[in-house]
Amino acid sequence: MSLKTVGNRDLSKKEGQGKMAGKTMFDKIWDSHIVDDPTGEPTLLYVDLHLVHEVTSPQAFEGLRLANRTVRRPDLTIATVDHNVPTTDRDKPIADPISKQQIDTLAQNVEEFDITFYGVHSPEQGIVHVIGPQQGYTQPGKIIVCGDSHTATHGAFGAMAIPLGTSQVEHVLATQCLLQEKPKTMEIRVNGELSKGVSAKDVILGIIGKIGVDGGTGYAIEYTGDVIKNLPMEGRMTICNMSIEAGARIGMIAPDETTFEWLKNRPQVPKGDDFEAVTKEWELLASDSDAEYDEIVEIDAAELEPYITWGTNPGQVLSVKDSIPHPESFSSAEEKESAERALEYMALEPETQLTEIEIDRVFIGSCTNSRITDLRDAAEIVKGYKVSPKVTAMVVPGSTLVKWQAEKEGLDQIFIDSGFEWREAGCSMCLGMNPDILEPHERCASTSNRNFEGRQGKDGRTHLVSPQMAAAAAIEGHFVDVRDWEAKI
Amino acid sequence: MDSFNNHKGVVTPLDRSNVDTDQIIPAEYLKRVERNGFGPFLFNDWRKLPDGKPNPDFILNKSFYDIGTVLVSRRNFGSGSSREHAVWALMDHGFKAVVASSFAEIFHKNSFENGLLPVILPDEHISTILDRANAQPGYQLFIDLENCEVSDDHGLHVPFVIHEDSSTHDFRRHTLMNGLDSIGLTLKQENKIDQYEKNN
Repeated sequence: MSLKTVGNRDLSKKEGQGKMAGKTMFDKIWDSHIVDDPTGEPTLLYVDLHLVHEVTSPQAFEGLRLANRTVRRPDLTIATVDHNVPTTDRDKPIADPISKQQIDTLAQNVEEFDITFYGVHSPEQGIVHVIGPQQGYTQPGKIIVCGDSHTATHGAFGAMAIPLGTSQVEHVLATQCLLQEKPKTMEIRVNGELSKGVSAKDVILGIIGKIGVDGGTGYAIEYTGDVIKNLPMEGRMTICNMSIEAGARIGMIAPDETTFEWLKNRPQVPKGDDFEAVTKEWELLASDSDAEYDEIVEIDAAELEPYITWGTNPGQVLSVKDSIPHPESFSSAEEKESAERALEYMALEPETQLTEIEIDRVFIGSCTNSRITDLRDAAEIVKGYKVSPKVTAMVVPGSTLVKWQAEKEGLDQIFIDSGFEWREAGCSMCLGMNPDILEPHERCASTSNRNFEGRQGKDGRTHLVSPQMAAAAAIEGHFVDVRDWEAKI
Repeated sequence: MDSFNNHKGVVTPLDRSNVDTDQIIPAEYLKRVERNGFGPFLFNDWRKLPDGKPNPDFILNKSFYDIGTVLVSRRNFGSGSSREHAVWALMDHGFKAVVASSFAEIFHKNSFENGLLPVILPDEHISTILDRANAQPGYQLFIDLENCEVSDDHGLHVPFVIHEDSSTHDFRRHTLMNGLDSIGLTLKQENKIDQYEKNN
């Protein structure tokens, strides 16, 4: 893959020209949300939508109570439960008493502060980054925050979506504002056309592999180019979702007809003439043609391939055609040590072909890849095949409504007939916080976003892949190049 | 929040890059609804053997390093999940400062919000500190936020920043030294928030 930085913005030159350059989408949204901008201090920005879940909010609500404060705009705040919830036996009480307490605590807090809540039995329940767009809360031009690092997902709609820690969650609850230092801007332009078998997940894994896990630190990324324009909203969400795995808190994509069509008729989106009017405003959000970014990265889609992570951070990623690298092949001592440690943890030997790696588990789900198109892509692969007898595989839809949609299309039956488990919506095995975890030393092909040590369960071994790659690996019991595999059908 | 002016403490060296928040505190231990009590689970999976006993090879289980209040690590410290529990666990264990060559952004902000000092030093100084700490259990660093200098008793005396951007550094230094609560600061601008809401 070729990737180059084509230039840094020269701010002095810009001023010297005496002519204002156009604005980026980032600048337009930032500027329109400024409440206060004192010199030498962070900017105070107004927040249009605050998404809340059970893990990062209890201490924030408690902080409000201790300081005798309240939620300033409950009408701009919505809550759901996703991280802790079991994905089976929803009719039974939650077995883990501490998980139950965290879920119950959120239920009490939303009642006390009068916040809209999609509880575990609500048909609109699901992963927070799936239900925000699904219900139409996520809209272009908004500033959206959530106490979750994958909040950039909502940026796929031309919103500025910012992840928070709990103190900032409390800050937004109390003030509806956020103190932010202005990040620099980076355009990542993905030119050309994706070949068959190369998905949105591969685009973002390829980007992370190239710019590194901290390549985006300090930047708000805007993804542009023909590949991005031609992706459906679900694929765009997958890409923005993993901005944080490249170090960037903010990832965004200009809204266009694809965005408007996707949002039309969603419950929270204006209807009829109001929709036409708001669409006109949304059309103005895209970066101006003469807008300047602090950094530009170009990627040629022809050189993207299906990717598999081999190590313990998302930057340790290779094409499916590659083999496990020798730690000595890395130039810096730091990377070499990191590779050595990763290979030991992952129990992998240098020179092993990635397609020879055998797996025990397959997880199709998470806020990265649990939407209807992800499930369709995976179902298309597994239809008519059986999951390898060595593999335990499951599909966890991102929301209850996604689950119902898939069932309407018969996808559930395709998965079940193949030997997959078909679960209820939630974060599930993306993180070891609910009953869905890897056993020690189990190896998993996962469509989630992090391959950190122990992420899916203590001593579990995670390989991040696309839904298609995960599905094909489930059938074969080891990784396969989904492009060859499709040809075999 | 307590104010932070300076701190002298024992160094716990953690010679790794990309230490992510899943390592600092695994998700399994995020279920508490309080801000305290996370210390026992700090670096849980590195710190404990499969049977739950302390892993004698891990630095936090070694004498003198177990009483460290200054954690020294490498690049991109605190990457991954937004869990503020990572900062709470470090502080609950007794850490007052983390020294690294760079920080992941969400962790960085969470540190400021809680008064855990993120000290950014160039790699060469990190290497020096790690070497000295590894060679000498009980090795101490003095971190002076007022003058933004790190020193030891062996001649190290170097400037540091707490953020790469100079105005952010100045602002955060000011709020840390004065123990300012950011919600309190923002609520002083309540009339501006009212005005924004009226106009939009």
